[in-house]
Amino acid sequence: MNPITDTTPDNPLPDTKPEPAAVRRGSVIAHWWDRVGIFLVLLILIALMAALAPNFLSVDNAINVARSVSINAILAAGLTVVILTAGIDLSVGSILAVAGVGSVLLAVDGVPTPLALLGGILIGAVAGALNGAFVAWLALPAFIVTLGSMTYLRGLAYSLLDGQPLVASDLGFRGIGNGSVAGIPQPVVVMVVVYAIFWFLLERTRFGRHVYAVGGNMEAARLAGINVKRVLLSAYMLAGAAAGVAGLIFSARVLSAQPTAGQGYELDAIAAVVLGGTSLAGGRGRILGTLVGAVIIGVLSNGLILLDVPFFYQLIIKGVVIIIAIALDSLKRFSRAGT
Amino acid sequence: MSESTTPLLEVEGISKRFGATLALSDVSFDVRAGEVHALMGENGAGKSTLMKIISGNYQPDTGSIRISGSPVTMASPRDAMVVGVAIIHQELNTIPEMTVAENLATGNEPLRFGMLDRRTMVAQAREKLARVGADIDPNRPIGRLSVGMQQMVEIARAVAENATVLVLDEPTAALSRTESQQLFELIRSMRSRGMGLVYISHRMEEVWELADRVTVFRDGQLIGTRDMRASGPEQVGPGDIVKMMVGRDIDDLYVRNAHQSGEVRLTVRDLTGPGDIGPVSFDVRGGQVVGMVGLIGAGRTEVARLIYGADRRTGGAVTLDGQPLEVRNPIDGIKAGVGLLPESRKDQALFLDLSVKDNIGMSTLPDHSSAGVVRNGSLLTAVRGVMDQLKVRSNALKLESRALSGGNQQKLVLGRLLLQKPKLLILDEPTRGVDIGAKSEIYRLINEIAGTGAAVLVISSDLPEALGISDELLVMRNGRIVATLDARTADEESVMQHATGVYDDGATTNETAGTAR
Repeated sequence: MNPITDTTPDNPLPDTKPEPAAVRRGSVIAHWWDRVGIFLVLLILIALMAALAPNFLSVDNAINVARSVSINAILAAGLTVVILTAGIDLSVGSILAVAGVGSVLLAVDGVPTPLALLGGILIGAVAGALNGAFVAWLALPAFIVTLGSMTYLRGLAYSLLDGQPLVASDLGFRGIGNGSVAGIPQPVVVMVVVYAIFWFLLERTRFGRHVYAVGGNMEAARLAGINVKRVLLSAYMLAGAAAGVAGLIFSARVLSAQPTAGQGYELDAIAAVVLGGTSLAGGRGRILGTLVGAVIIGVLSNGLILLDVPFFYQLIIKGVVIIIAIALDSLKRFSRAGT
Repeated sequence: MSESTTPLLEVEGISKRFGATLALSDVSFDVRAGEVHALMGENGAGKSTLMKIISGNYQPDTGSIRISGSPVTMASPRDAMVVGVAIIHQELNTIPEMTVAENLATGNEPLRFGMLDRRTMVAQAREKLARVGADIDPNRPIGRLSVGMQQMVEIARAVAENATVLVLDEPTAALSRTESQQLFELIRSMRSRGMGLVYISHRMEEVWELADRVTVFRDGQLIGTRDMRASGPEQVGPGDIVKMMVGRDIDDLYVRNAHQSGEVRLTVRDLTGPGDIGPVSFDVRGGQVVGMVGLIGAGRTEVARLIYGADRRTGGAVTLDGQPLEVRNPIDGIKAGVGLLPESRKDQALFLDLSVKDNIGMSTLPDHSSAGVVRNGSLLTAVRGVMDQLKVRSNALKLESRALSGGNQQKLVLGRLLLQKPKLLILDEPTRGVDIGAKSEIYRLINEIAGTGAAVLVISSDLPEALGISDELLVMRNGRIVATLDARTADEESVMQHATGVYDDGATTNETAGTAR
């Protein structure tokens, strides 16, 4: 019979399979778009802004954009892991607030700066782990669980401060909000470190492979011997920890503990993840895409401000861009299913 | 039946493409008045696609369909019904909670003053049933009838709607012998009334008994049509048809273990699970391939999942190499040396977005990582090795698994299991939806794995396959093992009798036939 190669024609039924050559071409294009497409969008956007706004292309402005992007980018890094497992985390903005408030309170109480920083990250990790536990062990929908925690964590941030912001102008770790290393703002340095860690986790570790597997096909992952619950718990915990780091930067930048910190940030973070090409259906996406997605949002905001576009038009443009990004994602999936 | 009369149904030059796959290639075929025309071929050979085209479910890409000489287009099953083509599907198309009369009237309910006229409906049902000689109470809920009787009702509906061509897709698959005989009588009487019948079946003896002509499909091609009433040099024998179906002698397809089976490796005692599964008891020896057969829903998959740890057991004891196999989840199962190829490749086994390498390596990552970091070189070496063994080209390594054919996708999952080096390998429908080339490859692999001394349990709904590759057959029915047969001597008929619980005399066995070791 047929020599067995990976081009052996298959049953036409019901397992319909297109001709390998055609598929390969289709999947190469999809693959290429996954990796490069979003960079192309960023380059076009930068070119556009450079042409329209005369002061856009300057080192100062680039640093400005990077600094303004850092918090959203760090939130989005954690969120990427959760979304890769086919989950969602709406509570990252509230976790940012609680972690930020907690770390300032620790610092004000005289806890050494490194421990206060660690405390903030830990608060975030614990809050995320709680989300993960509900999602993994009680099999509750992530949307509902994190909608709930978004609310109770916000409440917690208020109650820790009796509803009032707490100014801490001599905050020990104010540097990570405002300082810079060799001309590069510290928040940007932190962002780069966070991305390096998350890239390593997703691309080089067993956990990373498991994240993609769980998001791609949860039942197959379970049957393949993956501890699905532990993977889910870890994913939400990482998202919480990243939000904790973002909370530290936020507090350091405003030199205070703010109960309203990070309100609505989850939406920008989700937008960055989706813009970066990660599928909301899970199992597909790259951490560096998310970074580019966050930068696109930052460049867009920055450019619109430089162009003196009124705030409400900025919102309209941002919203439309997000919808286009999601449409691109579903188009990609459609073309893949349709081959 | 004379040659000069116009066929009831003619298709000419029909091709049908799905994506880039040619499911049917330039097929021409006809059904004459007063004949039974049997269609044979492997699963996926193109029979079902052709049936879906002549019953209006699919539109052909090229070619024409003529009914009694005039061209027609059939955009929906309704159109097909209007021109007189009806199909009785393998899965029954009845609404179980409704009565026989209601089922017969669906879509055409008699009304009186805008209200359902129940009395007329029942009277019409009686008449429709009488036309096919079925003695069934129209007021019974159809779900309470046997499969055979439900099928009669479906045929009655088709006949009542003046079908001239009736397609029967594996009609005896779930019937007892007596019911099959009744069906054959009905088929003969429809034939003598001038209807054209298309009879799809895998069972050679039925085809021999009924068919006037046989057409064989393979890989989307019509291989040939033979006149079964021919005599002399034109006369056809069963061997000829089989050869047409598989393109070679059947003995070459299946590979059976040549080695001696060794010590008992797996013992299962009184295993029970949710959904009235078990108690089930059996053994599998090292080097032995044990086939598990039965109708759909007999509990085969459930037993496999209970052994593997995919579902929670409610009782019983399982040992592997003398050690208790206490598994609470698949992680435990894999650690204990059990490998499972799940029933549904796409839903339960594959990561379509991930590469071939990731798919194969997924269950053995701990062997190729240090402190949680994957050692890529070591993983690659292992994956390459297994791909050689599977004869999958290594340039496929980085391809997404969704780009592969069903057969190659199945080999990826097998590859994942091979890397686990399981002591017990459980394969649930290992060749479902794969082409014949990959099939023979999979049979070779199964034999090879058994040759290394592993215990192999194969669940299969493909009886010739189960008979061809197993050493021993376990027949399941209603969650229990009802018979243990020597696969070398058993035949399809005896297996089906055990699987359905209905024997030649129409008597059913009592459940105490029970467990077999």
